Amino acid sequence: MQPLTTRAKQVVNKEMSFIEKLYLPAILGGMRITFSHLFKKTVTISYPEKKRPISEVYRGMHVLKRDDKGAERCTACGLCAVACPAEAITMTAAERKKGEEHLYREEKYAAVYDINMLRCIFCGLCEEACPKEAIFLTDRLVPTEFERADFVYGKDKLVEGVEPQKRIDVSKRQTTEVLDFKKNLEYAHNKTWDPNKSIAKKKSH
Amino acid sequence: MHSLIILATFSLYPFLLAVGVFAITLLIAMYSTYAERKFAAFFQDRLGPNRAGPFGLLQPLADGVKMFMKEEIIPSVSNKFLFILGPSLFMITSLMTSAVIPWGPSLTIGGEKYALQVADFNIAVLYLLGVVSIGVYGIMIGGWSSNNKYALLGALRASSQMISYEVAMGISVVTLIMLTGTLSTSEIAAQQHGFWDDGWFTWNFFKNPVTFLIFFICALAETNRTPFDLPESETELIGGYHTEFSSMKLGLFLFAEYINMFVSSAIMALFFFGGYSYPWMDKIADPNMQAIVGVLVMFAKTIFFIFVFMWIRWTIPRFRYDQLMNLGWKILIPFSLINLLATGLGMYFLGKL
Repeated sequence: MQPLTTRAKQVVNKEMSFIEKLYLPAILGGMRITFSHLFKKTVTISYPEKKRPISEVYRGMHVLKRDDKGAERCTACGLCAVACPAEAITMTAAERKKGEEHLYREEKYAAVYDINMLRCIFCGLCEEACPKEAIFLTDRLVPTEFERADFVYGKDKLVEGVEPQKRIDVSKRQTTEVLDFKKNLEYAHNKTWDPNKSIAKKKSH
Repeated sequence: MHSLIILATFSLYPFLLAVGVFAITLLIAMYSTYAERKFAAFFQDRLGPNRAGPFGLLQPLADGVKMFMKEEIIPSVSNKFLFILGPSLFMITSLMTSAVIPWGPSLTIGGEKYALQVADFNIAVLYLLGVVSIGVYGIMIGGWSSNNKYALLGALRASSQMISYEVAMGISVVTLIMLTGTLSTSEIAAQQHGFWDDGWFTWNFFKNPVTFLIFFICALAETNRTPFDLPESETELIGGYHTEFSSMKLGLFLFAEYINMFVSSAIMALFFFGGYSYPWMDKIADPNMQAIVGVLVMFAKTIFFIFVFMWIRWTIPRFRYDQLMNLGWKILIPFSLINLLATGLGMYFLGKL
């Protein structure tokens, strides 16, 4: 039979010689190997100071996006909660009042939107299910907490800021299919989208 | 007035030296714990403790503070007096051994001779063997008084191991005594003066390397270091004889082990590698300077052996208990007896008797 590796050794049940019985050469050989490790490069990455490179499409903490005018995109349709295999997402819908048009994009919005980060498996199915491009996974990490309750993230932690510098760039997570779809201006939620202004435009060519 | 001051400093000197040796022993033991963790990391391609202070140098302090802050638990079913006596005895005996080690030749300041050895008496080697044997009591009392079967098992393992290996160690020391013809540690160190004399090395290692090998293996077993760390084998006995100990009592046990390691390294340097002597030491004219360099050399040798102890710990796996006993009784004791005989014959035929 062909051996799986080149390092395979035939097991022999022969009596050990006197030198082998002393074990000292073997011990010295082992000590030579460990000594050589003193001069090898360490594999440790000192985490908070140095970070391991992550993928461009890393699936980390979620963000609830706002549109170009700063209104929340989420319309509390619940598709993300249905798509979620870990049942981490819960939400309560509410109707937009008059004068709240600058806050919420559609007539219906999520008054409460909770993601339990302990349940979440960061699969990204919510992002795939979302018809409004409201939820995205980002390259940010979920920080550790001392209490379980603190891992249930509400809208205060999930929704991105209104100010341009507080916006979170998710352009790397928008697939070519999404970008193609966005060109269909006849779809309702694409109407206010300006292809010339968006960061997605820059990525497409 | 002036003579009074000299008298005061002279009578105070042994006390000061003893305190100094204690302090240095404790300091080195403290930083051995740090070095142990650092070398463990380096041998495994890791970084080791590096958060407390620069390069993690304050780590031993942090560990010590942690040990003191932990809750002091004395099991209700234990014998309280013995429970406290155990770790204390272990610590005291391991500190006592450092008394007879000559750290250097004596200094001469203002016409007065200051020996760099706390107690220089003519049966220091016997004293060493005696004190090392008392160390078993600390472990045994600690393990028995905690009234816990794991602790008792660990203590039994420890005491039987230490007693078994003391036999071979004793015989190898007898070989050394035969070679040097003295029981005084300062005499042994003085005999190995320099490096090369009369056509052969002066250090005892080169005169009888086999004795050193036996002594070294026994020293590993006596200090409960890998591959002989069965008494506390965490994976089998939950920590062995110190299972029930917490806070600084546990700290004393762990710390005493590092002191033992330091002292046995010093003894090996002293018995076999010339102690404070180094090649071309007579080229330094000033005897005080020669002594100070000698002290540094002694510490360098000791630290090297501590490194070897750690090196072995992170290389070799633990023995099985029957293998340990086989090695002790069936191999090392006959081997050391044969070595004793061979040394005697060698000395007879070389005319060194």
